[in-house]
Amino acid sequence: MDFLFPIIIFSLLALVIGVGLALASRYFHVEGDPLADTLDNLLPQTQCGQCGYPGCKPYANAVAAHEADINHCVPGGERTMLAIADIMGVEPKTIEQEATAPVVAYIREDECIGCTLCIKACPVDCIIGAPKQFHTIITDHCTGCTLCLEPCPVDCIDMIATPELLEHWSWPVPGTKRALTGEQRKTQHEGVSGEKHV
Amino acid sequence: MFDLWDKIQQSLHLKSQRHFTGGIVHARQYKITAHQPIITCPVPDVLIHPIKQHIGEPCEPLVKVGDRVLRGQMIAKAQGYLSVPVHASTSGTVFKIEDHTIPHPSGMGLPSIFIKADGLDEVDESLHPLPNYRSVDAVELRERIRNAGIAGLGGAVFPTFIKLVHDHHNPVETVILNGIECEPWLTNDHQLMVEKAHEIISGMDIVLHLVEAKQGIIAIEDNTLDAVEVMQKALVDMGLTELIRVQVLPTKYPQGGEKQLIQAITGKEVPAGRLPLHVGVVSFNVGTSKAIYDAVCLGEALTERIITVSGDIVEKPANMVVRLGTSMRFLLSECGVADFDNLKIIHGGPMMGELMSSIDVPVVKASNGILAMQRQTIMQAHHEEEPCIRCGDCGDVCPAALIPNLLAKHCKEDQFERAEDYQLFDCIECGACSYVCPSHIPLVHYFRYGKGQVAQIQREKTFAEESRMRSDKRDARLAQELAEKEEKRRIAQEKKEARAKALAEQEAKKAAEEVDAPKTIENKPEETS
Repeated sequence: MDFLFPIIIFSLLALVIGVGLALASRYFHVEGDPLADTLDNLLPQTQCGQCGYPGCKPYANAVAAHEADINHCVPGGERTMLAIADIMGVEPKTIEQEATAPVVAYIREDECIGCTLCIKACPVDCIIGAPKQFHTIITDHCTGCTLCLEPCPVDCIDMIATPELLEHWSWPVPGTKRALTGEQRKTQHEGVSGEKHV
Repeated sequence: MFDLWDKIQQSLHLKSQRHFTGGIVHARQYKITAHQPIITCPVPDVLIHPIKQHIGEPCEPLVKVGDRVLRGQMIAKAQGYLSVPVHASTSGTVFKIEDHTIPHPSGMGLPSIFIKADGLDEVDESLHPLPNYRSVDAVELRERIRNAGIAGLGGAVFPTFIKLVHDHHNPVETVILNGIECEPWLTNDHQLMVEKAHEIISGMDIVLHLVEAKQGIIAIEDNTLDAVEVMQKALVDMGLTELIRVQVLPTKYPQGGEKQLIQAITGKEVPAGRLPLHVGVVSFNVGTSKAIYDAVCLGEALTERIITVSGDIVEKPANMVVRLGTSMRFLLSECGVADFDNLKIIHGGPMMGELMSSIDVPVVKASNGILAMQRQTIMQAHHEEEPCIRCGDCGDVCPAALIPNLLAKHCKEDQFERAEDYQLFDCIECGACSYVCPSHIPLVHYFRYGKGQVAQIQREKTFAEESRMRSDKRDARLAQELAEKEEKRRIAQEKKEARAKALAEQEAKKAAEEVDAPKTIENKPEETS
């Protein structure tokens, strides 16, 4: 009868742990997908829609569900792609579209007719104005997503390069031959690995 | 010479037992301006005052084009806490306010106030001299030091008044006067100590009074022993030997670094990311001390500073008193430089200084030295980077006890998180590692690149976080609007339905009444009867 003891002990143990896990999954339940949230944290939050999804969160959800590729975030660039690849545990891929230099929207106020269409389009609520009053953009909050360009009926919005600030200036990578060779080798290597997986 | 040194040590018990980790020793021969008396640079016709000459927030101009200003008049006022004002260096007229290149490695500009000097050099008398500073309120003294525009003149230009606080929870035990001129070529602090010992010690006394410290230490390296003698003598003359003493330290670069000096003198290490106040120390440069004396006892704002002008193309290298805002081109021509096409200038010392893209930059509060070098010399000093041979020399000389070769590798490969794990931000950019590297790896350049990138990533992260918050709030607002619309529609629908129902009921009632009508008529006679 000795052989029954281990069976009973382990059955009881399994029962206790099973109940514990069931209770834990019920009481410590996390709303939303933690993986999608982590990915969302990596994205630049421009809400530009260049990835084909209506915002950063939907794209993060799609990537987390393996529905979208990891290389669609244009403003995030290579750094974001590598970080996503790291978390998703997949091979890095080449970025299809190069990110442009950072821009902000600027409204030519003389030409603005006050239609409020751009205000409705702005994903981060950084355009202020009222009907029949000219609108203006809070440059500090503009993500440069260009979503306000399309609805404007009089084309009075320009995308201008973000002004370079002295306090945001940083040293470039040293211009020695060795540093440049290393950089070249890196890009070459990425090109090869990218072609393999596309 | 060595006998003399030993004698001084024995007689004064000055020999320091402590030292900081790492460091290098430079040859003395580059200090070509040593023992040259300080001369005064004439005031140029045009002075350029950038609105930010300190670490912190930029100032706001107080003058308009066409205004007449006097020497020492505040022309831009401090904004925010971490800020000190800017003063006109001579009397004259403001003729334009626009962006001008500042002494910065980026070659970028800042809004600057241009003054056309009238040659009268009239002084603004708004700051009254306070010779009896011991009876003046500490708050007023601090305000005076701030309003005189004083920031650390050793090169870091940290607003001085912030350091001069007496805090009961964190009392200052020691005030260290930094008389160490560890950069090769530069001699301005040394010469200032030799010539203005009394003023410097008075300035230090003001600081001791403000922070209520028990002792003051004047730190001087053993390659400037004449300054030690002068300082000793001045202390005896002023009767301050009880309070302040001179400590001689063996010459080593970068001993003038704040944290290194504190370690060498007190043996305490300032923790990463903390101020020297954390270990009960306040330290400042001899030039700053002189400026504090001028501001408090003479009522003069900071309008000039002492600069070493040196370099292989300079015919008359000198230690000079220069008005802030003087163009470096003017300064160099005063020192006998004629050929401006074939030179590069370094702002600061050769170890930590930065190559300027233009020579038309003004002298600012941070300018402790200007080195004008032939283009050729700079080109020859540049070597091609070779592979790291892991000799470990960089780690031996690092005063912050880092591993520079590994740090540089991580910065080079854009692995900034790892670089941060290896304490990238503890690097003081002294350049000792690059100096000793046999493979000529520009280590400090890699660290500066890494630091800039980390800051950039951090900024992007903060911006993304803000954008997400704004986007989430917008989504919530839209959802709420939609819900409100839905609610309104529902209410309208309900009302409509209710009205329809009421109508239907009414009609039903009417119909019923019509049916009931004969009944009532029939009943009527019964009621009447």
